[in-house]
Amino acid sequence: MIRSDILKDIAPILRDQLVVCNIGLPSQELHMIDDQPTNFYMLGTMGLSSSIGFGLALAQDKKVISIDGDGSVLTNFGTLPTIANNVADNFILLIIDNGSYGSTGDQPTYAGKRTSLAAVARACGCENVVEVPAADTKDALQAAIDGDKMTIIVSKCESGNIKVPVITMDPVVIRDRFMKAVQA
Amino acid sequence: MSINTKIVDDLVANDISFVTTVPCKQLAGVIDEIDTRPGVLHVPSNKEDEGMGLCAGAWMGGKRPAIIMQNTAIGVTINTLATLIQYYRMPLPMLISYRGELREPVACQVEMALHTKALLAQMNIPTYHFHKQSDAQELDMILKYTFMCNKPVAILTDANFWGGYGDQ
Repeated sequence: MIRSDILKDIAPILRDQLVVCNIGLPSQELHMIDDQPTNFYMLGTMGLSSSIGFGLALAQDKKVISIDGDGSVLTNFGTLPTIANNVADNFILLIIDNGSYGSTGDQPTYAGKRTSLAAVARACGCENVVEVPAADTKDALQAAIDGDKMTIIVSKCESGNIKVPVITMDPVVIRDRFMKAVQA
Repeated sequence: MSINTKIVDDLVANDISFVTTVPCKQLAGVIDEIDTRPGVLHVPSNKEDEGMGLCAGAWMGGKRPAIIMQNTAIGVTINTLATLIQYYRMPLPMLISYRGELREPVACQVEMALHTKALLAQMNIPTYHFHKQSDAQELDMILKYTFMCNKPVAILTDANFWGGYGDQ
């Protein structure tokens, strides 16, 4: 399975949740698969999906799922200690780890080599860290939603991309409809 | 009233309830004061762009945010300011210690001080420079302005504002 297969698989359970989605292809794929006002698409700012989602989780009570990538977590490693030390049980970080920088041409990341993001998250103090093969992502995500415990899921999948259109929605529109969904 | 109390009183009076910080010696008193306020959630961040991500999320979740950082962080956060805070039109007061100005003892700090206002101007970020403690009288208005226009706004506070480094 590649990232877009996982997104198709989990779209039905993402639909009712607040989702902050990573820059580039992940957002474009989610937007194409199942655009929802509860999705906040990042159009820039690599690395901050977990930070934006975590800030949102700390500020209100609804569950928040940040969809991140291995390359983006590597670029913002400081996020993991912050998450570990300010526990928000309404926060789920789903790292889709395909071992590559997918949006830029599948260059390999260190997470696809010797570095285990699950081990790093645990070392940073995150308590609920699960690593699953791609096919088990849906069950792991549903369990995390049902569990009411802050959870980091590392979903190991193959690298590869599908053809998707860019998101042409205005950023202020994305943000405004998302904020209305947060308040709804 | 101490300047730290006055600054945090103004933050609280403007409903700021989420503050992230990357510390500076000059800002230590403000950060300590924030930690005495039960209505303000203080989440230290490891890097200022991470902190701006937290602030963006907190704001979308209904809390007014602020970030406290050094001016060196302007060099770290240009992309985040442009593609997140400005692009999605979000308010973000940035209380910044302006290192490398008059009474600065560390020469290297001058290097980023030279670029600070030019970078902020290039980014079209409204910028206020507190040089004397009486300048802080404008803080309340600056905060209201920030949340009126939904923009990042920089408040530079130099060593003279903080009373120097004690030995000069």
